[in-house]
Amino acid sequence: MSDQDVDLERRRFLTISTSVVGGVGMAAASVAGIMYWTKSERALALGAPTVVSISRLKPGEQMVTLWRSQPIWLLKRTPEMLKELVRLNSHVKDSMSDESELQPSYAKNQYRSIREEIFIVIGICTHLGCSPRHKKAKELGADWGGGYLCACHGSKFDYAGRVFNGAPAPSNLKVPKHHFHPDNPNMVIIGVDPKDEGAKS
Amino acid sequence: MSSKLVGLKNWIDDRFPMTKMWNEHLAEYYAPKNFNFLYFFGSLALVILIMQIVTGIFLTMYYNPTAEGAFRSVEFIMREVPFGDVIRNMHAVGASFFFIIVYLHMFRGMIYGSYKKPRELIWIFGMFIYLALMAEAFMGYLLPWGQMSYWGAKVIINLFGAIPGIGTEIAEWIRGDFVVSGVTLNRFFALHVIALPIVLLMLVVAHILALHEVGSNNPDGVEIKKKKDENGKPLDGIPFHPYYTVKDIFGIGVFMIIFMFVVFYWPEGGGYFMEANNFIPANPLLTPEHIAPLWYFTPPYAILRAVPNQGLGVFLMFASILIFFFLPWLDRSPVKSIRYRGPLFKGAMLIFVISFFVLGYLGILAPTEGRTWAARIFGSLYFLFFLLMPFYTSIDKTKPVPERVTQ
Repeated sequence: MSDQDVDLERRRFLTISTSVVGGVGMAAASVAGIMYWTKSERALALGAPTVVSISRLKPGEQMVTLWRSQPIWLLKRTPEMLKELVRLNSHVKDSMSDESELQPSYAKNQYRSIREEIFIVIGICTHLGCSPRHKKAKELGADWGGGYLCACHGSKFDYAGRVFNGAPAPSNLKVPKHHFHPDNPNMVIIGVDPKDEGAKS
Repeated sequence: MSSKLVGLKNWIDDRFPMTKMWNEHLAEYYAPKNFNFLYFFGSLALVILIMQIVTGIFLTMYYNPTAEGAFRSVEFIMREVPFGDVIRNMHAVGASFFFIIVYLHMFRGMIYGSYKKPRELIWIFGMFIYLALMAEAFMGYLLPWGQMSYWGAKVIINLFGAIPGIGTEIAEWIRGDFVVSGVTLNRFFALHVIALPIVLLMLVVAHILALHEVGSNNPDGVEIKKKKDENGKPLDGIPFHPYYTVKDIFGIGVFMIIFMFVVFYWPEGGGYFMEANNFIPANPLLTPEHIAPLWYFTPPYAILRAVPNQGLGVFLMFASILIFFFLPWLDRSPVKSIRYRGPLFKGAMLIFVISFFVLGYLGILAPTEGRTWAARIFGSLYFLFFLLMPFYTSIDKTKPVPERVTQ
């Protein structure tokens, strides 16, 4: 075949069109590879809501349950703890829960809860995911009114999961979707909004 | 050689470039004759890579990559498989030694200017090897499914959650679950034993091919290809085989004595090679009092912790590693080797090495206010070494470089 017989226009068209078709095919195939890494049906099912009874929780006590393999703290706050929270308003970064993704709208208040005394929060530091430790009043010095300390990078939180000024954690602890059972106020359902429950039944 | 063997050799050479490759990469690859102690670490890195692959293959024969079975299967290898503890300890201690060797290898490149023109690509391939190795070590560390495996992986994957907007989705995509779980363990196993070793091997081949294309640097930073004899062989070069193969085999012997001594008598390395908390099965409810990555990750980790803003901390941590890529273009000095550089570079290099060690030490310790400030100071010095390099290397007083290598 001599050079004169080469139709350069045609060759250019074929090169571009095969490249485009091949590229689109590879992009389409990569969807399968990327989606393969997302949550399976089983992982989604294991992340379903959980039900906890708080009937045995006494004032000042805290219990822990698991939801999506994360520790969920359920704390029954005493009137002194609630008073301390008001005092701390100026010591925390986000005292009125202005960052709206961190709690459902019904927990967007300075106590960060539906019922003042019952505080429900995901016990995972918003910095890098360690689980902070409960430190009772005076445990971290005379002016410590009780709360949580993340041992990993030193972030401190109060009894409403509000992060103290100067801590590495960027935001308050996350409050999960939750509600109290309409017929039994001691049953907490974690992972569902109150309104969703109404829609479901 | 008998005529039959010569015949076989010729038969192969007609079909595969066996003799050609042997000559190009060993028998007729001329390396500078003035290599010193620091030049052992390239070949040692190759040896330990092969050792990690072989011991790794053996470990997979008993290892069970599930959240339920992983911890028990590792204990089973340690206690019940004949010589299982030796194989496992070789693999675990090997990871730490791999990093010791790679850091010394990088230090060698830095002080002798081995990243400078025309060896920029060797350095870049090497940096990709370093990145792949860090990913390999991080994913491998999850596999025993101990407390540090679990919480370390959790902390590091959450770093991706700091990406604005899509961070949570990316972190969940990496984990394949709402939190680190058996799903994560299983995919990390796949990446650790299949994907990353293949990437590592390909990068090592590219690294060596690029090296053999331009030739090795040496402690004088003199290009030996500039002075050749009448046969076109570099005057200051000697064939890699047999001279450096013999030297390297001796080095490997000394290294293996030290390495196996640690494997047999000190595999935990005082908690630096294997952490005590990792002999406790993973528990999502209980964070260990103090989470520290293994020592080879602690300098960037100290930088991460020192920054009050999370997003900026993550950025600076990755920047502290990726900034090495730019070294060939940050260095404006006309000379390569530290032997002919001026006091500014020598001082900067010393400060950098000290900062690296101090940050590494701070990254192991629990954070206090004083230590956080120390990490901020030494983290700044670490970055200034790179950022100010274009200035101090261009005004530094250098000494004349000799024509030929010195003894």
